[in-house]
Amino acid sequence: MSAIADSAKPAIGRGFRLQWEAAQNAHVLLYPEGMVKLNASAGEILRRCDGARTVAEIVADLEQAFGRTGLAGDVDAFMSMAAAKGWLEIAA
Amino acid sequence: MTTPTPPPGPPLWLLLELTYRCPLHCVYCYNPVDFAHTERELETADWIRVLQEARALGAVQLGLSGGEPLVRDDLEAIAAEGHRLGYYTNLITSGVGLNETRIRALKDAGLDHIQLSFQDSTREMNDFLSHTRTFELKERVASLIKSHGYPMVLNCVIHRINIDHIGAIIEMADRLGAEYLELANTQYYSWAHLNRDHLLPSRAQLEAAEKTTNEWRARLGDRMRIFFVVPDYYETRPKRCMNGWGSTFMTVTPDGTALPCHTAKMLPGLSFPNVRSASMREVWFESDGFNRYRGTGWMKEPCASCDEREKDLGGCRCQAYLLANDPDVADPVCSKSPHHHLVTAAGARAEALPVSVKPLVFRDPKASLALARGSTGRTADPAATLT
Repeated sequence: MSAIADSAKPAIGRGFRLQWEAAQNAHVLLYPEGMVKLNASAGEILRRCDGARTVAEIVADLEQAFGRTGLAGDVDAFMSMAAAKGWLEIAA
Repeated sequence: MTTPTPPPGPPLWLLLELTYRCPLHCVYCYNPVDFAHTERELETADWIRVLQEARALGAVQLGLSGGEPLVRDDLEAIAAEGHRLGYYTNLITSGVGLNETRIRALKDAGLDHIQLSFQDSTREMNDFLSHTRTFELKERVASLIKSHGYPMVLNCVIHRINIDHIGAIIEMADRLGAEYLELANTQYYSWAHLNRDHLLPSRAQLEAAEKTTNEWRARLGDRMRIFFVVPDYYETRPKRCMNGWGSTFMTVTPDGTALPCHTAKMLPGLSFPNVRSASMREVWFESDGFNRYRGTGWMKEPCASCDEREKDLGGCRCQAYLLANDPDVADPVCSKSPHHHLVTAAGARAEALPVSVKPLVFRDPKASLALARGSTGRTADPAATLT
């Protein structure tokens, strides 16, 4: 799958819901009759996907929050996978 | 009481069977055959308390089922509380009773998802198998679900009588705009067990259906995801019971009995708590019923020393009881079980067409009461049977 544009605004896919679950100490993604327990980095990416922020803004925010640089490639790979699974809808 | 180790995680999946009342009379229903004996259903306040207590334990998926949950006029209130608490709320329905007013109210309540059942691809077969005239109603409900922005999830229980129509069923689901289609082969409990000789497909039918399903998957691509649930009877290893007895799933029946699976109430020698008197914490962590078959400590041979025991956890206790008359033995689906011949014999009968069997028993209160009395009820009531 090709890279997602920096200006795209990803949002949680229709029918999916992201929430923090204290009992599991994790973000989870809920969908019809199912659940994905997310690892920490997946949770941090997805909770920023609000349909308003662009990919570039999300990457910048993550890099600032975690004191890292060069996260764009990892974020793109994760978002592409998430979009293929329907977790994310990516509007240009 | 023995406390299993390690302690169980949260009951992630909570299923509320709000009522056994149902306008349909499906011949494979998993509700208990003596459902008509059920006394008073829980009140709204009881269900709300169950929701709150289970959510506090970490439950995230909520199923609202039955019977037909829409026959309860507090469904909207229960769904609203489920949503408010942070559950992903799933309505599992025949569609009967779902109209514009109610779907709007459910949407406003925050209901996340509706799973609609069909019995077959044509009016004749749908109406025969459900013993009702509901096919066109279901088509209307499907478009109602779609127009309210819900993902369209269709479920069709598959068995000997409709399995050869599987291509037409998939085509119908696509025509209705389904995003998900669950083709669930009948599992043989309760009414389905009673009607097993009518319902168990032959291996050739099953293989043809899987082939057709795979062809449709290739044709439809991402447009529709199709789940094909294989019947246990043609396997040689059992499935885990509900991902492991008391590990993930909890169901509450209309009278408030809490169970680790839909059908566990049939098992002899166990008592299950009732939510009228027990908290969900007591139910999940402390009750004998939930602890009995957790983990592997309860196993006998061949399970106890089997190197696959952690994988399937001995399979299904209800199947062991129904087939081998002992809930403590290996699931007879397993080829290592000394009772496996009972499963292969059922398959062999399914090969011998045509099946000469007693009439189908439709799930209705009259047949249920007759079964509870110990009579088969198979021929006594013409309204309840149809050959």
